[in-house]
Amino acid sequence: MFRNQYDTDVTTWSPTGRLFQVEYAMEAVKQGSAAIGLRSRSHVVLACVNKAQSELSSHQRKIFKVDDHIGVAIAGLTADGRVLSRYMRSESINHSFTYESPLPVGRLVVRLADKAQVCTQWSWKRPYGVGLLVGGLDESGAHLYYNCPSGNYFEYQAFAIGSRSQAAKTYLERRFENFKESSREELIKDAILAIRETLQGETLKSSLCTVSVLGVDEPFHFLDQESIQKVIDTFEKVPEDEEDNAGEAEIGAVAPAEQGGSGDQDLAPMEM
Amino acid sequence: MTFTIPIDNGDAVKNAEADSQRTLYPYVTGTSIVAIKYKDGVLMASDMGGSYGSTLRYKNIERMKAIGKHSLLGASGEISDFQEILRYLDELILNDNMWDDGNSLGPKEVHNYLTRVMYNRRNKFNPLWNTLVLGGVKNGESYLGMVSMIGVSFEDNHVATGFGNHLARPILRDEWHADLSFEEGVKLLEKCMRVLLYRDRSAINKFQIAKITEEGVTVSEPYSLKTFWEFKAFNNPTAGAEGSW
Repeated sequence: MFRNQYDTDVTTWSPTGRLFQVEYAMEAVKQGSAAIGLRSRSHVVLACVNKAQSELSSHQRKIFKVDDHIGVAIAGLTADGRVLSRYMRSESINHSFTYESPLPVGRLVVRLADKAQVCTQWSWKRPYGVGLLVGGLDESGAHLYYNCPSGNYFEYQAFAIGSRSQAAKTYLERRFENFKESSREELIKDAILAIRETLQGETLKSSLCTVSVLGVDEPFHFLDQESIQKVIDTFEKVPEDEEDNAGEAEIGAVAPAEQGGSGDQDLAPMEM
Repeated sequence: MTFTIPIDNGDAVKNAEADSQRTLYPYVTGTSIVAIKYKDGVLMASDMGGSYGSTLRYKNIERMKAIGKHSLLGASGEISDFQEILRYLDELILNDNMWDDGNSLGPKEVHNYLTRVMYNRRNKFNPLWNTLVLGGVKNGESYLGMVSMIGVSFEDNHVATGFGNHLARPILRDEWHADLSFEEGVKLLEKCMRVLLYRDRSAINKFQIAKITEEGVTVSEPYSLKTFWEFKAFNNPTAGAEGSW
């Protein structure tokens, strides 16, 4: 995408019917570190890569509990993500207070999308620079949605956003048909394996990722380091050659296409 | 009953205006509602009278209405406030339906919404002068709850409003049990309504019984109960005390 005379204002259309500022906002999502979501009929797992600015600092929080039955993972401008998480928590708790009943995740996602859309139609606003993977429950079971800075939202069986997410998506595409009937443990394992894809060769350790689960009889919570390490241990012991061959083929194919999010050095300070 | 709150401006005219915004007393009122949980859901009974003070002014008022697919609302107290509440709920259900997403408001949600409305009005010293009974069935679970005009709210296996609390609930405490059949439930409610008919002067002999099950809500056609007045003591009421007083 090159600079052009139609990209200064979010309220300026290009002659080809595009809003460049909105598309640039979606680029910001691609710069953030990876976040992954997958769901079965009864559970949703959200996982992300822990990236810290330096060895001295702690890593940024990218997964937030919205309510016992809704969690959100973000990629992009984490400050925007924090603000939107607060909005989601507020909507959820207000609904609970009035109706003594959990807010259906599908309705929360629409409100979030409408909020994002507003920012694409007023000249004095800017789009939110964050993509949100919203996982939650409602009457019809577990759901996973992706909310875009454009104000669009989509429902997914599994999805990955942020830098090097293509590797994770390729992995998920191979396996998603099984997810509906997956057990909770299989789902968690698939999430961690998908995270591993985005690390591209770096050894997977439990300190590098954050994993959260929610389900029909399980309120949203984070898995502790031990549990994550246990899952990692079940597959890291597998001879690396097999996995690497499959992995390399993917990474090789993906590298030329993945221009956006390559190299941590390109990450601006506010993006994670 | 007048509620007067000191208003800072000290202007007598302004006070009067402010008073006219506030509910002071009810005008056209409905009497008791009685409701019980039974095997397949909830049964609710009410009479069809609307009293204007001590006059039985209206005799065809439906005090129970279906709300959405899963709930039934019965009200005693001010009829116009009940109609206002029906308008609020109509809007609520409409917006819920417009989502068209497979989720719907069940009786628990409606009950809590009403509790919020009633309590907030009470806080503004402008109550909706009703006691509401909300019953329903959703996903196989029966629900029966009550909200008063001051926002007191609770659930129970059997509830009643007004005189029903004093006359019907003792009967229900003795004779209600879980898994009543439809016939047993109706018989039990009719027993309560008959007592209310004899003893509550604002009750009339024209009833409706409503049932809510997983399938939906049905409100019966109006009917009347048989009553018995041939007690010997009624034959010669002044025997033993002839005279003008």
